Parts: sequence; structure tokens; C-alpha cells
Amino acid sequence: MQVIDIVQVQNRIDSFKDQDIYVHLELTTGAYASHHDSSKHPAANFITNAVIRYSNGSIVGSNGIYRAGLKMEHGWLYAEGLTTWDESDPDRLILAGHDGQGKLVVALQLSREPF
Amino acid sequence: MGEEMNMMHQRILVVLPHPDDEAFGLSGTLAKYIQEGAQVTYACLTLGERGRNMGIPPFANRVTLPDVRRSELLESCKAIGIQDLRMLGFHDKTIEFEDKELLDGRIMEILQEIRPTLVFTFYPGYSVHPDHDATGAAVLRVMESLPAKERPPLLCLAFSKNCYSVLGQPDVSVDVTEFLEHKMKSIQAHRSQFQAAELLGNRTLKDREILDRFGTERFWTYPLNK
Repeated sequence: MQVIDIVQVQNRIDSFKDQDIYVHLELTTGAYASHHDSSKHPAANFITNAVIRYSNGSIVGSNGIYRAGLKMEHGWLYAEGLTTWDESDPDRLILAGHDGQGKLVVALQLSREPF
Repeated sequence: MGEEMNMMHQRILVVLPHPDDEAFGLSGTLAKYIQEGAQVTYACLTLGERGRNMGIPPFANRVTLPDVRRSELLESCKAIGIQDLRMLGFHDKTIEFEDKELLDGRIMEILQEIRPTLVFTFYPGYSVHPDHDATGAAVLRVMESLPAKERPPLLCLAFSKNCYSVLGQPDVSVDVTEFLEHKMKSIQAHRSQFQAAELLGNRTLKDREILDRFGTERFWTYPLNK
């Protein structure tokens, strides 16, 4: 994974416009959040291989931390805290956000084939 | 039992949900029992594909993590000496939602094939991660469906904050100081998940602190026949 290159990621988002696309969207504090620190509230969600279609999408942000928004026919998909992408994946868009310890906190992935 | 049990020709079944669940809790015990002649089958329910650790610095991502963790699991099993690894293909974080008939059926198939003389899993309700608790509960359902005299002893790992206050002291303690090398190799195999160098620091396997932390593995025998 590399730090997000906003131009390349935007190009990849544009290349998926107006098509049925498989999405993986995830946010997690980790299952051990409250075990390690009782003041923390453990929460997580993910949805894998839902099919979405968006008419426009963009990635914005600064200082290495980005937000992505995809406008769908009946609503929006949103992710905040994205820091890295997988430059080596030629077909899919793999975006993730990691905390200071390198642990994954957020993921947004788009693909023409199921994950 | 445990220390006194003659491990020659024993058949051990280990059922845990994630690659690396074996490493801290029972890799030393398994290495010891294998050296004494036991045959171990490890049924690992998922590939831990929803793990948050990707290595430091990250060398895996959500897409590559399952393959990375499969390799790490193979390496860990090799370090311990486990003869038979079954990767059951369930999905990380979903064990508690899985079709119980399917889940229990897979575990029962292996149980009937192996006819284990000893089973290890997580103590349901005292193992923190929902997958751990759900795995323990599934093993327990399967064991309880067997006639009482056919049930092998069930040894459980637990690490919830209340496990000692509710369950009492673990009744089985295994001294694994002679097998710390196997154990550290098992932990180190899971390099996307643990920074093993940090665990050890500049201490050696003979240091008091390391022996205290890693030298004894403890289990609760589940009260199956009560």
C-alpha cells in the first residue's frame, strides 16, 4: 500500500462511473477496543460485494488524510480517514486508512468483479 | 491431567477461529504433546481476513490479507509440528451469525473422523472476541450431542477480564519452558499480526520475565458431564 496519489485515485474513481460496481466498505475499532481500554466503545461494520452505481465521485482532503464520496441514484456513499491505496492493483481501487499503530480503521474498495 | 497424561498415540483436535489464535495460548503445549507422540489436527475456521493488523509498516491490505495469513498459519503449524491443518473456509467475524447446522456439521465431521482423545477450543463466554466465544459454543454443542461416555476431555482457553473470578483458577497448567523456541517461532510466523521483536525486546528466552509470561500455558477443563 502506498500513500494516496489523489490524481491517480480520482482517475480510477472516474473509470468506474455509471457502471454496476462491487463495493467493500468498512469501519472498525477492532474487536478488542473495550478489552484493552474500557473507556472505548467497540464498533465495526462492513458490507462486502454490494453492487452500487454512481454518477459522480471524488476524493478530497489534505495532509495525507482523505475523504471519498460517491453519488448514487438514491443516496451517497462516504468514507473518511483514508490514507493509503494499492498502486499495484491495475483493475480495482483499494483504499484504506490506518491509525498510528498501522492498524486498519477504514476501507473502501471498488471492483468490477466480486471481492 | 495434562502433565500426567501419556501423550503417546493421543489424538488431539484443536478448533479455533483465527490463524494466530494457536500461537500465544497453546503452541507450547501442542509442541510438547507432539514431541511426546501425539497427533494434532488443527481446524482453523477462518483466515482472519478481517484482521486490522497489516504489518508495520503495512505490507498487506484487505485484498491480500487472506493469502498472507494462510502462509503465516502454515509456517506457524510447521514450527509447532502440527501434522494436520484444516482450513474450514468460514469468514472472520461471522462465526456467531453462521448457520449452526453447517458450522456444527463441519466440526462433527472432523470429530468423527479423528475420534480425538483430547479437544482444545475457547471457553464460550470468556474469550473476548465474538468469534472465539462462538467457536467454543459450537464445539460445546457438538461435544454435548455425543453420548456422555464418548466425549473426550475439553480443554478451554479463556482471557476475559472476569475469567479467573468466575471460572476460578485454570485446572490444567502445562510447563512449556522447554518449548519456548517453538512457541516464539509460532508467534513470529504471524508477522502481519505481531511484532515479535518487540515482545522479546533484547531479552532471551531464559529471562525471568519471558519465562513468567510465556513459560506456562493454562486451560480450564469444561465441566461437560455436569
